[in-house]
Amino acid sequence: MDIKKLAVSSSPHLHSGATVRQAMLLVMLALAPAALFAVFHFGMYVVAILLTGVLAAVLAEVAILHFLKKPLSTVFDGSAALTGLLLAMNVPAGAPLWMVAIGSFLALAIGKHVFGGLGYNPFNPALVGRAILVASWPARMTAWVGPGLVTSATPLALSRAGEALPPYSDLLFGFKAGSIGEVAVLLLFVGGVFLIYKKVIDWKIPFFYIATVALMTWALPARGQVAYFAGDPLFHVLSGGLIFGAFFMATDWVTTPVTKLGRVIMGLGAGLITAVIRLYGGLPEGVTFAILIMNGLTPLIDRYTMGRRFGVR
Amino acid sequence: MSSLRVFWRGLLDENPVFRLLLGMCPTLAVSTAAVNGLGMGLAATAVLVASNILISLMRPIIPDKIRIPCYIVVIATFVTMVDLLMEAFVPGLHGVLGIFIPLIVVNCIILQRAEAFASKNGVFLSAIDGIGMGLGFTLALIILASVREVLGAGTLFGLTLMPAAFEPMKLMVSPPGAFIGLGLIIGLINYVQNLREVRRRA
Repeated sequence: MDIKKLAVSSSPHLHSGATVRQAMLLVMLALAPAALFAVFHFGMYVVAILLTGVLAAVLAEVAILHFLKKPLSTVFDGSAALTGLLLAMNVPAGAPLWMVAIGSFLALAIGKHVFGGLGYNPFNPALVGRAILVASWPARMTAWVGPGLVTSATPLALSRAGEALPPYSDLLFGFKAGSIGEVAVLLLFVGGVFLIYKKVIDWKIPFFYIATVALMTWALPARGQVAYFAGDPLFHVLSGGLIFGAFFMATDWVTTPVTKLGRVIMGLGAGLITAVIRLYGGLPEGVTFAILIMNGLTPLIDRYTMGRRFGVR
Repeated sequence: MSSLRVFWRGLLDENPVFRLLLGMCPTLAVSTAAVNGLGMGLAATAVLVASNILISLMRPIIPDKIRIPCYIVVIATFVTMVDLLMEAFVPGLHGVLGIFIPLIVVNCIILQRAEAFASKNGVFLSAIDGIGMGLGFTLALIILASVREVLGAGTLFGLTLMPAAFEPMKLMVSPPGAFIGLGLIIGLINYVQNLREVRRRA
């Protein structure tokens, strides 16, 4: 008798057919409109940055897997390519290609593989890469450009400086300076809703993240102001990397809580930190570090929000 | 235990920084440039050798119950001497290392060697142990500081190493760079050691 047919496997026994590869492709599809808009808005150089990010990430994945003598099959699940794409969408449109390549490599090496590879990384790899780039080459990572790679300030920096702000429609449609991936707010929102509809991401983290930022920036006076409940929440929601981060970074499966309440806490916490950094911090934007800090708290959040098993006190 | 083995143990197998993870505070703080690492390492080595010798000599008269305060007095004496000597002869380096020279008093490598080795062994072996552990500490500091200096400033021992087009990776000379650099070096050492063990067994 063939003993293999009787082998008992652990649950689950039914599979929906969803794979990592499929999810990664859906996320890339959701990002595509915003990336295409960035090419249209900033110019063809953005194509070079995006290709460099993706290629460097895939090459880094192959090289590291080879060095660690691990099977190369995980290259094809698209997770490395997605990390590279997200990293490339997180740099200014005038960033030098060598910096994007280093960021992609370090995102994979220090963000993912030192912890054991996909599924074991405590922090979002693309954001680790971005944080390293910001700490290493701060001038280049804040050299914001507008169309045609002409130097110009981001809306959040203008707001800090007390200068005239672009109209809401420009902020919404993406006609402003900023990171490649963060400008096309409307397209990112559509992509995010698509991912929620396809059940790739949960609505709770983006909803509570964005709502908290809106509430906090409305309620609290920015530095140098005194009036409470007089902020401009719409400006803060439409500016910077909030929509990009809330839908595409703070919803990473690996680095965010798995429980329902945990995801609400993740959104609230990231929103709180983002708002505090924007209003009172040394940097004009706080999405990167807000999500990284909440990534660090994720194991703790999961432990305290995990449901009790039946019969266990 | 042969004196040669005692010496090499401190340098490699029981390297205080890479193997025992002792003395993390000065390691992470002063390893921004290779010269600082060398200076800090040699200062700690001088204190370690001297305190090991004296504590080994004083073994019979140190009461067991108050041995730790006795060690601290001995160590603090030598640290004060080193501190004043460095201030007189290498004021530049003394200024850079600053508070971390007086803090050698509470460097856990020195106290640990006093407690674990010098209080149980003869004068000669204790001196060898101090030299081995001290040089092991110095070596580790120089390795970590060199990595950080080359990547973070493009220089090594103050000499320009990288081409003019190289843009220093500021992260590596900032505190997070110390943690990332140390972690990666320890990981690499563990990896190589595992490989060697696998090969030895095969």
